[in-house]
Amino acid sequence: MSAATLTPGEPDSARDGAAAGTAGAATPGAPLPGSRPSRGGDGGADRKAPLRPGRVILHVSLILWGAIWLVPLAWAVYTSLRPYAETAEKGYVSLPDTLNFDNYVAAWTQADLPHYFLNSLYIAVPAVVVVLFMSSMAAFVLARFSFKLNLAMLMFFTAANLLPQQVIITPLYRMFLSLDIYNTQFGVVLINVAFQMGFCVFVLSNFMKALPDELGEAAQVDGAGVWRQYYQIVLPLTRPALAALATLEFAWIYNDFFWALVLLRDGDAMPVTSALNNLKGAFFTDNNLVAAGAVMIALPTVVMFLALQKHFVAGLTLGSNK
Amino acid sequence: MSTLTQKTRPAKARKVRRYSTTDRVVLALMLGIPALVVLAFVWGPALGSVFLSFTRWNGVTAIQPVGFQNYEQIATIYPPFWPALLNNVIWLLVLALVATPLGLFLAVLLDKNIRGTRIYQSVFYLPVVLSLALVGFIWTLLYSQNQGLINQLSGAHVNWLGNSDINIWAVLVAASWRHVGYIMVLYLAGLKGVDPSIKEAASIDGANQRQTFFRVVFPVLKPINVIVLVVTVIEGLRAFDIVYIINKGTNGLELLSVLITNNIIGEASRIGFGSAIAVILLVISLVFIVTYLVQTFRKEDAR
Repeated sequence: MSAATLTPGEPDSARDGAAAGTAGAATPGAPLPGSRPSRGGDGGADRKAPLRPGRVILHVSLILWGAIWLVPLAWAVYTSLRPYAETAEKGYVSLPDTLNFDNYVAAWTQADLPHYFLNSLYIAVPAVVVVLFMSSMAAFVLARFSFKLNLAMLMFFTAANLLPQQVIITPLYRMFLSLDIYNTQFGVVLINVAFQMGFCVFVLSNFMKALPDELGEAAQVDGAGVWRQYYQIVLPLTRPALAALATLEFAWIYNDFFWALVLLRDGDAMPVTSALNNLKGAFFTDNNLVAAGAVMIALPTVVMFLALQKHFVAGLTLGSNK
Repeated sequence: MSTLTQKTRPAKARKVRRYSTTDRVVLALMLGIPALVVLAFVWGPALGSVFLSFTRWNGVTAIQPVGFQNYEQIATIYPPFWPALLNNVIWLLVLALVATPLGLFLAVLLDKNIRGTRIYQSVFYLPVVLSLALVGFIWTLLYSQNQGLINQLSGAHVNWLGNSDINIWAVLVAASWRHVGYIMVLYLAGLKGVDPSIKEAASIDGANQRQTFFRVVFPVLKPINVIVLVVTVIEGLRAFDIVYIINKGTNGLELLSVLITNNIIGEASRIGFGSAIAVILLVISLVFIVTYLVQTFRKEDAR
């Protein structure tokens, strides 16, 4: 999945033509997309949104699409709240007599979900912290200094994030075996860091390039070394991008299925997304339990998304809309 | 590294500044350590796949060079290969020709400054925050033969995920459900960047909405189009989780990614063979990755 992963973007888009309207996702200080206020005060005829027939059709079709879009999740929630006995008797498509959280309790305890949630935290938190730290250093060097291999290095990082995971898995698996980090959560953290680095370097270097050059110059006049320039000047100014990336990367690493599946042998060490594979069948024996499990596993990223929507969308579009 | 300079505005001539030895060492480490991690755990293994693809190895006995034999066998006597490749192509086409235009369409609708646009956006984006594995899990609730919503609602008895003629399409509906929101967000960001005055100019010139979009707005979105294309292709090539969670990628749901995984962690452990499939996947993805990089970084060079 991992989610896809990239959204790197075309650094020139802002300069060509688009400059006027772009509040520049990567412009420090400017609001990130998503928080953006409405576009300038130019109201074209179609922008004032009076209730015309066209508008009505638009809203009706959007509501319809939106409803269809919510069906799978709504169905999962509905199914999860109904006792198995009742659905077995009346069928799943029926009005409820009882709605309760029994399936949640059963899925939570039977499948030992807390254990797997903790595993996810043990993997995702260190991975996000390390990848942001490392990629911010690399991005700082690439964005604020120019040397011969600048562009080549940026490509080296960016392209690494675009490879399908399966392309590297065979040698990686052998390597993990010989390094004795196969079947360790440390190993999974490591590969997540390495694999996500490219995207973070790309986004952060775009962001840092947009910071004023004078910052570095002033710091130099003050006799600050490069580390202080990075740590005390550039890094604090990069906070909006770091927040956006942290949100997005946490979700991506939490959602990763493949690395842990192949690089961990013990089901016990698996993060919750990869554990789905073993839990299916073994513990989630009927659709009601499957639904309860699915809702609980979806909850962390869904709640994060609803609470931090701005960061989520900003992270995705930072790269694409410089 | 000898001409290390602080970045200055492109317009100005570059000022060459000398850095102290300490600064040079610090900079080298700041870039070097992350680069080393990526080299060791991403590019190294990628090259390793290429090397192993020309060998036969079961992971225990000595590695034997075999030339192109693995590739020959894949193309000639390995039954799942062509169906898997075909499935990958179908996957790509459905994402590119159905899900992506739908995402663009929604983005265009939602860009019209309508009331409640944030709510609509959240709804369409919601599936994107779920893992594909979980998406597979959730959709089994709709597809399941006896307990699923679709069959219970329609009274049909279709084995949506078990019938190898139709399961790829059923899975693609689920995968598209997630892809559309992703594309929508990318295009929304792109559309917000389009200068409103060019739309106005077009309408003053008498262009209707459709003409304005296809002749004026869409061409300006070219950079986003490239990103969307690459995102879509990479998603298509990477697809794995959703089929693996449904039936381990068998019985009509074979994909190249699954074949690679099966050859290295299955009982067979045919490492050279699995690597050769990986290299085929690598070559296909590199074509798109290079296109993307050239597009993205072309003008950067001129700075």
